[in-house]
Amino acid sequence: MANMSLEKTKMNEQLPDIRNKNYSEVALGYTPEQALNEASRCLNCKNPACVGGCPVNVPIPNFIKKIQEGDMQGAYDELSSANALPAICGRVCPQENQCEGKCVRGIKGEPVGIGRLERYVADWALENNVASAKTAPSNGKKVAIIGSGPAGLTCAGELAKKGYSVTIFEAFHVAGGVLSYGIPEFRLPKAIVQKEVDNLKKLGVDIELNMVIGKILSIDEIFDMGYEAVFIGTGAGLPNFMNIPGESLVGVFSANEYLTRINLMKAYKENNPTPVYKSKKVAVLGGGNVAMDAARCAKRQGAEVHIVYRRSEAELPARAEEVHHAKEEGIIFDLLCNPVMIEGDEQGKVKSMKLIRMELGEPDASGRRRPVPIEGSEFEMDVDTVIVAIGTSPNPLIRSTTPGLDTNKWGCITTGEDGSTSREGVFAGGDASTGAATVILAMGAGKTAAKSIDEYLQNK
Amino acid sequence: MPDKYQIVKKDVLTPDISRISVYAPLIAKKAKAGQFIILRAAEDGERIPLTVSSCEGDEVTVIYQKVGDSTMTLDELNVGECLADFVGPLGMPTDIDGCDNVAVIGGGLGCAIALPVAAALHKRGAHVDLIGGFKTKDIVILEKEMAEASDNLYICTDDGSYGFSGFVTGKLQELLDSGVKYDRVYAIGPLLMMKFVCKLTAAADIPTIVSMNPIMIDGTGMCGCCRVTVDGQVKFACVDGPDFDGHKVDFDETIARAATYKEFEAMRRENHKCRLEGMGNG
Repeated sequence: MANMSLEKTKMNEQLPDIRNKNYSEVALGYTPEQALNEASRCLNCKNPACVGGCPVNVPIPNFIKKIQEGDMQGAYDELSSANALPAICGRVCPQENQCEGKCVRGIKGEPVGIGRLERYVADWALENNVASAKTAPSNGKKVAIIGSGPAGLTCAGELAKKGYSVTIFEAFHVAGGVLSYGIPEFRLPKAIVQKEVDNLKKLGVDIELNMVIGKILSIDEIFDMGYEAVFIGTGAGLPNFMNIPGESLVGVFSANEYLTRINLMKAYKENNPTPVYKSKKVAVLGGGNVAMDAARCAKRQGAEVHIVYRRSEAELPARAEEVHHAKEEGIIFDLLCNPVMIEGDEQGKVKSMKLIRMELGEPDASGRRRPVPIEGSEFEMDVDTVIVAIGTSPNPLIRSTTPGLDTNKWGCITTGEDGSTSREGVFAGGDASTGAATVILAMGAGKTAAKSIDEYLQNK
Repeated sequence: MPDKYQIVKKDVLTPDISRISVYAPLIAKKAKAGQFIILRAAEDGERIPLTVSSCEGDEVTVIYQKVGDSTMTLDELNVGECLADFVGPLGMPTDIDGCDNVAVIGGGLGCAIALPVAAALHKRGAHVDLIGGFKTKDIVILEKEMAEASDNLYICTDDGSYGFSGFVTGKLQELLDSGVKYDRVYAIGPLLMMKFVCKLTAAADIPTIVSMNPIMIDGTGMCGCCRVTVDGQVKFACVDGPDFDGHKVDFDETIARAATYKEFEAMRRENHKCRLEGMGNG
């Protein structure tokens, strides 16, 4: 008999006033009782809409049914058959727009907590060192993956399982891409990322760190080394700025820089050598997940933090849960206003910002109502730090060193639906081809490209 | 065969400046004058950008000055030990084409970067005057190497203890006044030195290339920390540079940005010294 409660089973969390001073994980995960309780809210629909809402088509009702039956190994097998990084997705996917957004239970009440259940199963597997799916015997063919973010890790895992000899080239000194440098510890513990990376290594994937492709090796040289196909999953790492006066003042940072210092370079740890700017009052520009991450880090560094976003709350692109958590932690939302300029003191340090109030006009190409400045509504905000989190673009290092690789006017690599590019044997996916999007879409692209690479090499 | 990122040579050039050669065959094959590497001495350490001084065989040579906690930690490593990370080559190579008579100016540790640029120009057949500026005689480095990489070497010391007495700008002005014609100047060193060289060469209408060394993390265009305003446009020193048209660089902004973490760094430096002294006492 299904649990007909209209609300999701609550997940334990650190209290807001405690967690906004530490970097431990905010959401603590389900207990077995809570998981069983939530799993029994799933109606196991004959035509499950949730599966269609998932970019990698996880067989959702199947894995939830296994939880109901108490068969955790079975649940993990179902989940990992489609998703290479479930412990990560359970934490960072925008479920409300994907699987949970399609759940019939959401029509009246809250949808099934699919993300929370996914995390529960994946964490069980990590804790119990459960091996993921078996690998085919080696076929002796070498494939190179550039970038170890979600797209690259997924593509590598899929190909390794099919018997390919896979090498990932990563520019940083740590694998994981945005999972390591961007998403903070309190939302995605790095130990979880490391375990998922270790699982790939167990599948035989070789990870070469400190390799900036386009500089140390070109794609053509990678082919010369005997690799028969290349997947480019280099993400969208180039930070965009507002192009307003004062953006080069001391105290203005890209969210990438701010987050990288704290996460990847571990400045959140006591006595770490990486410097972080000491701030009293921070404005974070932007309303996406990256903006929420930067704001919540700045809060944990002890500052008063404002999110400055030009549209209204309904248009915030961040996951609902991130906005909710940020508010609980005391982040102040200044909505419908846009920065005009940043002003500095005589030492070139940020001292204030001039903003203008906005109102929503007609919908634009994205379908969201376009923000329009209200004339004469300028006002000043005293801040000593500004973090720019208005988006990122693909890095030009690869496209500028790979002749014949077509890109669009935003610098994104042009691909077919199968991930193929204008160069034979070169495939791409994730933010490198779509522009900045989500972890799960990048994983979906990595998975699709792995299938295409397999077909390409089978027929070669 | 040495291990990955193993230090295979180390020379102490002055009490504060050392030179290390690191086993990194792929980088050694690719790096050109003006490009840099980023290293981490130890796990959990900072990423330190250093311009490549020279490459020979499978070894990449860099020169560093013990200015802070991280470079002090680097200096604790000796021959046979391995760096945690060594990545490169990063940035664009220095443009050495299209000039016949050049002045290459290095200030202090900047001479370590000026040297490979001078050497590449000299090898290509350009006439190279190398002006190397130091505070005092005791900290003059690379004199022999710089002499080999140039047609004329002019060492300057601020206190007049060796060579020309005064700043590099004084020597450059003297050379220009004596009728020497340059079609390009390269200036590499402290920001203030580059600023004043550029002031002088702008007045003399000589195109000038400067090598910027701002704070950076990744070195691949990802953090935006190293942004420099050039001709009113924001550029990333790590991917667009490190070389820029010196007459168009906003030096005052760059000087302010370089001091972003001054207090933090001073604190770390003191802590490091205390740790060392503590060990000595213990």
